[in-house]
Amino acid sequence: MTYSALALLKNALTGNRNWKPMWREPEPRAFYDTVVVGGGGHGLATAYYLAKEHGVTDVAVVEKGYLGSGNVGRNTTIIRSNYMMPDNTRFYEWSLKLWEGLEQDINYNAMVSQRGVLNLAHSDAQRDAYARRGNAMRIAGVDAELLDRSAIRELVPLLDLDTARFPVKAGLLQRRGGTVRHDAVAWGYARAADKRGVDLIQNCEVVGIRVDNGRVTGVETTRGFIGARRVALAAAGNSSRVAAMAGLRLPLESHVLQAFVSEGIKPVLDQVVTFGAGHFYVSQSDKGGLVFGGDIDGYASYAQRGSLGVVEHVMEEGLALFPAFSRLRFLRQWGGVMDMSMDGSPIIDLTPISGLFLNCGWCYGGFKATPASGWCFAWTIAKGEPHALNSGFRLDRFTSGGVIDEKGAGAQANLH
Amino acid sequence: MRIPCPFCGERDSDEFLSIGTVGPARPDEKASLDAFVDYLHFRDNPAAETREHWHHVHGCRQWLVVSRDTRSHTISAAEPARRSAP
Repeated sequence: MTYSALALLKNALTGNRNWKPMWREPEPRAFYDTVVVGGGGHGLATAYYLAKEHGVTDVAVVEKGYLGSGNVGRNTTIIRSNYMMPDNTRFYEWSLKLWEGLEQDINYNAMVSQRGVLNLAHSDAQRDAYARRGNAMRIAGVDAELLDRSAIRELVPLLDLDTARFPVKAGLLQRRGGTVRHDAVAWGYARAADKRGVDLIQNCEVVGIRVDNGRVTGVETTRGFIGARRVALAAAGNSSRVAAMAGLRLPLESHVLQAFVSEGIKPVLDQVVTFGAGHFYVSQSDKGGLVFGGDIDGYASYAQRGSLGVVEHVMEEGLALFPAFSRLRFLRQWGGVMDMSMDGSPIIDLTPISGLFLNCGWCYGGFKATPASGWCFAWTIAKGEPHALNSGFRLDRFTSGGVIDEKGAGAQANLH
Repeated sequence: MRIPCPFCGERDSDEFLSIGTVGPARPDEKASLDAFVDYLHFRDNPAAETREHWHHVHGCRQWLVVSRDTRSHTISAAEPARRSAP
């Protein structure tokens, strides 16, 4: 069923009794050409682009919980491509371009909202660094504008520009950045992949990876063995655990990142705004709640929940920018498990095991990367080699010295 | 999360800094490049009880070895790092 205004009208007139489920619920078959491990945003996008771009439709996505139960529904929904390192700039800009055409491509309303992402600078040095980043972006063909205080005042009147503990000196604005309804991304990709013949298998946890003579032959799951010519891992925070089933050790540490929503209020904030003197980012959802987050808790975790100290710290950062938010009630909070890589950049690559492919290391930037991650991973799987866009995101960069350390923090997972 | 510091008693984890799991030891300087790459970048990253170095940076400033389960954050022991086997 194609979604359209006409379909909406027709179903409204017939009492909305004829909507069909968005995807099938097939039993796993004994063998697939490709099994994607992980039914989150990246796994579902990978399956979709495998089918759409490369005609590989004999694909199953296996997910231990329900589709989209992991980080794709646990982030703060921000999309942007304001990176400085060339490998990142190219990749995230391609992701943003895919976001721009996503809804037409998959016939699904993902509420892509290019409302602008404004990074605030709070010192002269930080303003210079933002100018440099903005220039790097513009050289790469990405939009970026350096704003002065008066332009910021006009754009975000609620900001405390006059008495703040960390005065706002300037801002780097990417107008094409914004937010996307994150659950809809999972559902939209799932429906579009299913339509092209991909089997989406939920409640099916991978418990082993079968390898014969250096070649992958399938996955052991809680619903039995599934044979496969190729296995593609997109397991986010659980990447190390899944890769260990094939005897691989990864340059990753799993950390908890919390996110928060306030009660719903009338529109007060039109953009995504980030605080440069700490780590805080906020936007207002279409439902009216403020969606915000900060840093990871700083210790290894698989628990999907964090500590109250970070909750307090994030609130303080928010109030340092927007004192008016002190009147709001805080509605809910949750944690997600981040696959923090040792240079802060992702890995989309082949592995030493033939037929086994790896997609991980998204740190806390995985959501905005969803379309390009799926697109590049699908290419890598189908062609047996990375695309130019992910040629920097290889596993051997840690040996060759070609790390992409956007933040310059070194091999310390909790600093990226 | 609260950490039972052997010097200060049970304290909020906010007073501490975690730098990750104990070991492996730094390779000998004559070790291969692969050994150093593995030491610097690669991690076991276990979903299990694990031994970690924590610094009581806003307390007694002692280094501790904390035994903690990364799935539940349950802490079973905390001892001074200098008394703990590497």
